[in-house]
Amino acid sequence: MREVAIVGIGITKFGETWEMSFREIGIQAGLMAMQDAKLTAEDIDALYVGNMSAGRYIEQEHIAALIADYSGLARDHIPATRVEAAGASGGLAVRQAYMAVASGMHDIIVVGGAEKMTDVGDAASNAIQSSAADQQWESVFGATSPSLHAMIARRHMFQYGTTREQIAQVAVKNHRHGALNPNAQFQKEIDLKTVLRSGMVADPLGVFDCAPISDGAAAVILCPMDMARKYTDAPIRILASAQASDTLALHSRSDICTFEATKFAAMNAYRQAGIASKDVQIAEVHDDFTISEILAIEDLGFFEKGQGGKATEDGQTAIGGSIAINTSGGLKARGDPLGATGVAQIVELVQQLRGQAGKRQVGGAKYALAQNVGGTGATAVVHILGVQ
Amino acid sequence: MTTARFWRDNATRYNLIATKCGNCGKVTFPPRNVCPVCHRKSMGKMEKIHLSGHGEVYSFSVVYDAPLAFEMQKPYVIAIIKMAEGVMLTAQIIDCECCEVAIGMKVKATLRKIGEEGPGGVIHYGYKFVPA
Amino acid sequence: MEVGIVSYGAYVPRFRIAPQEIGRVWGTDGEAMGKGLMISSKSVPAPDEDVVTISIEAARSMMRRCDVSPKDIGALYVGSESHPYAVKPSGTIVAEAIEASPNMTIADIEFACKAGTAGIQMCMGLVGSGMVRYGVAIGADTSQGAPGDALEFSASAGGAAYLIGSENVIARINGTYSFTTDTPDFWRREGQPYPSHGGRFTGEPAYFKHVTSCSIGLMERMGTKPSDYTYAVFHQPNGKFPTRVAKQLGFNDKQIEYGLLTPQIGNTYSGAVPLGLAAILDNTVPGDRVFAIAYGSGAGCDGFDITVTENMAKYRRDAGPTVKQLMEKTKFIDYATYAKYRGKIRMKEGGE
Repeated sequence: MREVAIVGIGITKFGETWEMSFREIGIQAGLMAMQDAKLTAEDIDALYVGNMSAGRYIEQEHIAALIADYSGLARDHIPATRVEAAGASGGLAVRQAYMAVASGMHDIIVVGGAEKMTDVGDAASNAIQSSAADQQWESVFGATSPSLHAMIARRHMFQYGTTREQIAQVAVKNHRHGALNPNAQFQKEIDLKTVLRSGMVADPLGVFDCAPISDGAAAVILCPMDMARKYTDAPIRILASAQASDTLALHSRSDICTFEATKFAAMNAYRQAGIASKDVQIAEVHDDFTISEILAIEDLGFFEKGQGGKATEDGQTAIGGSIAINTSGGLKARGDPLGATGVAQIVELVQQLRGQAGKRQVGGAKYALAQNVGGTGATAVVHILGVQ
Repeated sequence: MTTARFWRDNATRYNLIATKCGNCGKVTFPPRNVCPVCHRKSMGKMEKIHLSGHGEVYSFSVVYDAPLAFEMQKPYVIAIIKMAEGVMLTAQIIDCECCEVAIGMKVKATLRKIGEEGPGGVIHYGYKFVPA
Repeated sequence: MEVGIVSYGAYVPRFRIAPQEIGRVWGTDGEAMGKGLMISSKSVPAPDEDVVTISIEAARSMMRRCDVSPKDIGALYVGSESHPYAVKPSGTIVAEAIEASPNMTIADIEFACKAGTAGIQMCMGLVGSGMVRYGVAIGADTSQGAPGDALEFSASAGGAAYLIGSENVIARINGTYSFTTDTPDFWRREGQPYPSHGGRFTGEPAYFKHVTSCSIGLMERMGTKPSDYTYAVFHQPNGKFPTRVAKQLGFNDKQIEYGLLTPQIGNTYSGAVPLGLAAILDNTVPGDRVFAIAYGSGAGCDGFDITVTENMAKYRRDAGPTVKQLMEKTKFIDYATYAKYRGKIRMKEGGE
């Protein structure tokens, strides 16, 4: 296996991009990454695109070829592949590309993640997001993505005494981080009251506990480590790439307060990287709902099970705390264009490790981790990045 | 048209039919062909059983932001229910006030309309739970 | 061959609305309306309830109370004027839900408010002739009155299911008699959401003429008089009609007390006499004799002379809710909620 480096990154501003189509945002991120790596089209060997549901959002399947085409790569006839695992599509696309480079199959790969969610109404968007759940045995009975996570939250409160306020602090912290990120959908701080008083979506979770509906795209360029210096002075090494799955339906698990897929992927990732959870200084975790971040920081081993809420309330997960979680603002504030999210997490970590994170820069970080989740934890992808 | 997709599971949705592994005794719902514990050893030994319909609330949420098909019912209670046989499933809790539902509450299955394919489409029926 | 009721089950939705609340919205004196109709409240189905779910509740209760295998049921009829489908039987869903299908015959029946009792007669014929071992007859409705119409004060929801057979009969049907003419007192045309009625024409030439004729005809055939019966139940579009007809025929208040449910739950249409009879059976002991007359607009009556047998003493009545228990479990709602639950609010149609 070859060592793999990230040599280029690109990201669009997340939010409601009314003027731009799916193909435009996808290409924009890709071109930024190519520019960042000083690549030309001829250098590219393959394209991977993470996307959850273009078929339902814009009624367009076959989007990998579409992105390759509109990126001007049609005449190069490169292999272009779409990867789907609901909200984990982006992270999984990075992993597919990583495997292709590590194996020697390809040298230079562009990995894109994109989702255009605002071309349908809110109700439709929610229905599409909820299709990550088990349609026949969860959704059909009225379970939605927020309500499934609300049940996790209620159970976490019941089992560990986690408070509603502690859960809400995730949103407060991530909005504070998001305010420092010029690409974030929300760059405005909010206070605890705002979260607690926000309109109820699925009790106990309110509007401010949920990641927004977003348009956006992100891209990274992968190549073998020994070729990396050709494209950048600051290659970032992918130290680990791990993935795990679990039951599709939440109710099929014995304990809904732990995402076993996250635990398994993390365990394998730490082993691969030769580090422990305590060595990680920065992490981008999948806070599609506030409660998800609490589960994530516990399942990744940063805090004891049941202590995630308290750690958040105590400020340990903020920039300047014991571990900086979601410096980008996370899914909550940066935005959550489903397929783009997993790639955007990698972009943030690369910026941090390169020392290009501006006002939200965490000093001296050596190891950074990204955790990307599909549905209610049926897929988890964990990457660990390190400075060269 | 999703008629056949729903129809296929009607027997299970009407009467809570589960499978019990002939090898380890684990109950799975909805029915499965392979036991998630015993894998190959369970092949051909998955016995269909009826769940008793009795269970208790494992966790729940009150849905205020409902999908279009559920607008008429909002707010409604969705819950994960731990059945007497140990297996869990997701269903609505009805015939009580939202504020009465609590973790550990005893419930029993009933059958109601769970959805329809628009005003001119097929009506789907399935289990919901009421306080026991 | 002795044919009769082997088991029965009832169901009434828990929501109620008071005539005062309906009157408040339409500027009518609801209190006076309620008094005139002798209705203090009517049942309202939840938005996820319909004739199918009501029938299933009643049929499951019926099956829990006896040891009959659902596979021995050879016929199932659901009588209603508010079947959820215009085309596609309610009965097949009910049969699947009690796991009686597929070796059986099923049909939905419509004869205004007497479709349920017509089903009982059909089952009697099939059982009596030996064509089937057991038959199920269900009468259930989620009837609607047009908003603002007088019917809105009474049209309600509920139903009951009867298992008809010749073994372990808890109530023997001594005889049945029907009286039928072509009298258009109440109707609903295909595709119309609400029924229409002939106003006062529904009274004397319709309800009273048929109920009286059928009652007298049945007693003549059976050689009985009102005092031979422990209890009696008449179709009850309101509280007033059955009370008056009972008196005219010579039945007293005590005899009709248990079977008169409309004052509390409204007119359950096809469910009315089946539910009233269930309420009576809930209170009977072996030897009791029951007189039941169902009326359906259009118009016709089905009469039954029933004797409770010794088997009633060991019948597992507790395995399902009694009508009284169902009537005690109530929640009153306002007109806005009622309008929402009954689909009177125009919602955005499906899709995304």
